[in-house]
Amino acid sequence: MTDIKIKITDREGVLHEIDAPTDMNMNLMEVVRSYELAPEGTIGICGGMAMCASCQCYVLSDTELPEMGDDEEAMLSEAFNVKDNSRLGCQLHITEDMDGLEVELAPEEL
Amino acid sequence: MIKTDILIIGAGPTGLFAVFEAGLLKLKCHLIDALPQAGGQCSEIYPKKPIYDIPGFPEVLAGDLVDNLMEQIKSFQPGFTLGERAETIKKLEDGTFVVTTNKGAEHHAPIVAIAGGLGSFEPRKPLLDNLSKFEDNGVAYMIKDPEVYRDKKVIIAGGGDSALDWSIFLADIASQVTLVHRRNEFRGALDSVEKVQELKDKGRLNLITPAEIIALNGDTQLESVLIRKISDAKEELILEVDNFIPLFGLSPKLGPIGDWGLEIEKNAIKVDTFDYQTNIPGIYAIGDVNTYPGKLKLILCGFHEATLMCQSAFQKIHPDKKYVMKYTTVGGVSGFDGTKKEAPKAVVKAIE
Repeated sequence: MTDIKIKITDREGVLHEIDAPTDMNMNLMEVVRSYELAPEGTIGICGGMAMCASCQCYVLSDTELPEMGDDEEAMLSEAFNVKDNSRLGCQLHITEDMDGLEVELAPEEL
Repeated sequence: MIKTDILIIGAGPTGLFAVFEAGLLKLKCHLIDALPQAGGQCSEIYPKKPIYDIPGFPEVLAGDLVDNLMEQIKSFQPGFTLGERAETIKKLEDGTFVVTTNKGAEHHAPIVAIAGGLGSFEPRKPLLDNLSKFEDNGVAYMIKDPEVYRDKKVIIAGGGDSALDWSIFLADIASQVTLVHRRNEFRGALDSVEKVQELKDKGRLNLITPAEIIALNGDTQLESVLIRKISDAKEELILEVDNFIPLFGLSPKLGPIGDWGLEIEKNAIKVDTFDYQTNIPGIYAIGDVNTYPGKLKLILCGFHEATLMCQSAFQKIHPDKKYVMKYTTVGGVSGFDGTKKEAPKAVVKAIE
């Protein structure tokens, strides 16, 4: 089993340094939920289909990430609080290449 | 006042299946849902997505699952109050409940089953400073009566089907329709995209992309909007409009149910797994809206919870009746509409 280190700043501004498994078919949104870094019901609302933007995060490190798919791009074009470094956590599948990734969770849409 | 045995709040797959299980016990159901159609998330968010973990269905589209459930419960004649949100609940002296919707429709039942999923779907509102001031004064998030926009200057924002469809529809009614979207690409049915292109080419619709609306102006009534083009040179323009319709989809909110005195944990309603009853006797919570140790938000779990809930509801409604569960292969299904489905009798014939 291989874990990678990820730094996640939650919506309250608290930094969490966590281990994320690469062998559990998990995405970043699910990692955030598994560590309960955002309350249930406020993240991953659509379940990970890129159909809500509740798992939006800002990528702070220069880690190389897979390119955005059409669904992710379309959803982010309709989301709020979007920045140039916005990604949807549910579309970021955890791989060993992501070791050292640093992200900040975007504010909850109210 | 609508009267029923089990009042189900939420017409998603769990709520719909509860109608079937209740029907087997000769209990009538009525469903309330904030969306204009049954099916919940399955119809609203992902009708064309395949689901692979419905037992017995190796693959089924969410929309087809809803159609099948509607067919399965048809003979139990459920009532529907759609496009209305359950707002308040009152417990009467006899222990029964009256649930009133945001439009004032009253529903009376001895049992309330909350199958509210993630909550009621509310329009996503853009983050603009004075947005609330213009709500009902030029800003609307859904179009109820298109005639309101006759000969008006209308601006629509969004990039999905509803933004495209309403732009097309209002092009014939409004004096001017402008569609603003943050990207050049739209995510909608191909013929809608082509139709918008055609209207734009004919000069019957203004299309401003990639751009977004960044400010609203007006005294009490909306008078103009400030549009920023998203390009290298950040160009801004003011457009005089009577109406602004942001169509950014819907997002679920637990909403008024959160104030009903139910025990809430992690944005969900706590239940006893014996029968999925909440802390208020007579009010149950089933499907994605509930929580308990080991909870999984799966449709198949919702079906199970609905089934156990109905057994408990039956006991509450008929405390003196003796009852044992009967298989549909044995008892068949007797609808309230007089239809009866049952296994064909085996033919016994001697073999000579």
